[in-house]
Amino acid sequence: MTFVYQKLMGGKSGLTGFVILAALILVIFPLFLDSFRLNLVGKYLTYAFAAVSLVLIWGYGGVLSLGQGIFFGLGGYGMAMFLKLEASSVANTAIQSTPGIPDFMDWNQITSLPWFWEPFNSFTFTILAILIIPTVFAYIIGAAMFKRRVGGVYFAIITQVIAVILTILIVGQQGFTGGINGITDLRTLNGWDITSDSAKNLFYFINCALLLTVIIISRFILTSKFGSLLLAIRDKEDRVRFSGYDVSNFKIFVFCFAALISAIGGAMFTLQVGFMSPSFVGIVPSIEMVIFAAVGGRMSLIGAVYGTLLINFGKTGFSESFPELWLFLMGGLFIGVVMFFPNGLAGLWHDYSHHITNKFAFISNLFKRKVSVTSDAPVTQKN
Amino acid sequence: MNSNTDFTLAIEGLTVSFDGFKAVDDLNLYIDKNELHVVIGPNGAGKTTVLDLICGKTKSTSGSIKFLNKELTKLSEHEIVRQGVGRKFQTPSIYENLTVLENLEVSYPYGRGVFGSLFFRRGTAVINKINDIAEEIMLVDVLDTEAALLSHGQKQWLEIGMLLIQDPQLLMLDEPVAGMSVKEREQTADLLKKISKGRSVLVIEHDMEFVERIAQKVTVLHQGKILAAGEMSEVQKDPSVIEVYLGH
Repeated sequence: MTFVYQKLMGGKSGLTGFVILAALILVIFPLFLDSFRLNLVGKYLTYAFAAVSLVLIWGYGGVLSLGQGIFFGLGGYGMAMFLKLEASSVANTAIQSTPGIPDFMDWNQITSLPWFWEPFNSFTFTILAILIIPTVFAYIIGAAMFKRRVGGVYFAIITQVIAVILTILIVGQQGFTGGINGITDLRTLNGWDITSDSAKNLFYFINCALLLTVIIISRFILTSKFGSLLLAIRDKEDRVRFSGYDVSNFKIFVFCFAALISAIGGAMFTLQVGFMSPSFVGIVPSIEMVIFAAVGGRMSLIGAVYGTLLINFGKTGFSESFPELWLFLMGGLFIGVVMFFPNGLAGLWHDYSHHITNKFAFISNLFKRKVSVTSDAPVTQKN
Repeated sequence: MNSNTDFTLAIEGLTVSFDGFKAVDDLNLYIDKNELHVVIGPNGAGKTTVLDLICGKTKSTSGSIKFLNKELTKLSEHEIVRQGVGRKFQTPSIYENLTVLENLEVSYPYGRGVFGSLFFRRGTAVINKINDIAEEIMLVDVLDTEAALLSHGQKQWLEIGMLLIQDPQLLMLDEPVAGMSVKEREQTADLLKKISKGRSVLVIEHDMEFVERIAQKVTVLHQGKILAAGEMSEVQKDPSVIEVYLGH
């Protein structure tokens, strides 16, 4: 029990934050939002997976990845490929010159299903691919970078370049990937209509459950010795290395885990939004994810979720009325947060809630009129 | 060169050159079991480079470093540490954002792999060991203090403690009393004498008073080569040493 309380929930403050978040997304949003808005929130919450992953790798690991869109995209495309194949049955595509293959392939004069599409006929394979391919890809990037001690700005740039390459690849190989339009017109999952309201509602709750689970697992990682080591590596990498640790393995692990989380978010995105396109893979979405984490607080798993929600509500709200202004506003917000609230929303909450608790303690002490003797005297510093 | 010895550390023919400049030149150095050995020398003599070479931070150009008859020059940094070589850096190198207790816990030599660290439990054995070490380095009262709040001297001790918890056979300290007050220097000297029981200690130091207080054997390094070696009193009388270093 104490294990669950301390390690998974992060003690009293962690538990409070977790319960409030769970109540908000599982109860309050579904009660007060209509189906369309709830689906929209569901979409935002898929980005929150990537924001949480950035808390791990960037906030704690000190390694800025500007390529979480890569993994979000890989997860999303995996799911989209399965759904697209199901939507492209011979009956549905009878008017094509080659029936039974996705419509964009037919438009690009491809006459048979490419070999790497074949296994995505299987749902089991698809789920495994969504989980494994991004993780393995992250392992390859991580091993190549961290074993050679590439870090900091160089790592950020390289991840960004990989995001660009992947986008160009997807756009350029139109016949295999659907190109700039992405993979669209996704209708059913194992025969079940995913565009219906009931399906979207169910996906929303599955998405929330997955997100909360990811937060719990991440918290377990951060409260373990591994978490202390991440902070230690961020602080003094050499000291950790000369304490007998192979530092690169720790960075590779956290990068792989971050990729896995982002990929789950991407797959849930495809399910809820009904399509996947390169505009969720490249530089812009990757940097937006960093902004979500920064605004929420890059040291707070739960803050990252709020940051994602806040920015996206803002984006939707503002871009409905002032589409051009939004990017400037988001840029300004990012700069403002970094300059004035380096710990983001979570930092504000931390300072503010302390303030409230202190006030309460002060008032209750007044009522009790009890002078407490400090048995645990504060430790005095020798200088 | 391949002969096995009784020494804890046997350095033979060690050379490292940076673009032709030989920072360490054909160095031979032997450290006995339970010996407290001090290396002194003027700035740029190559003292820190020697430590870098032993702990794998810098790779040697040629020569051999044998620790308990095991060649270190081919091992990576963390493997060398796992052999039992601990190294303290010149400026206190601790984790400022972690508490003293967490600093020591992170340095505890179990759960060193990724999965080992995920499932590492802070059991009583760990707590007891941390308490023992904290007692030894005079930080038992500040275990829950964030390390950033410690005084300079306490930070130096904490780093020594982080090495002691790994129980290394060879402990290397780079200017452990730099920036310390007189009282802290005395305490550190006592600490070094205490911890050199049961292990070999290699210290680099500038402060001659401190060296006199702790040293059993002294090696004077100058331009990457050994100028003199032996007891402190002998070395101090050596005219060449006075010429390049002590006379200044």
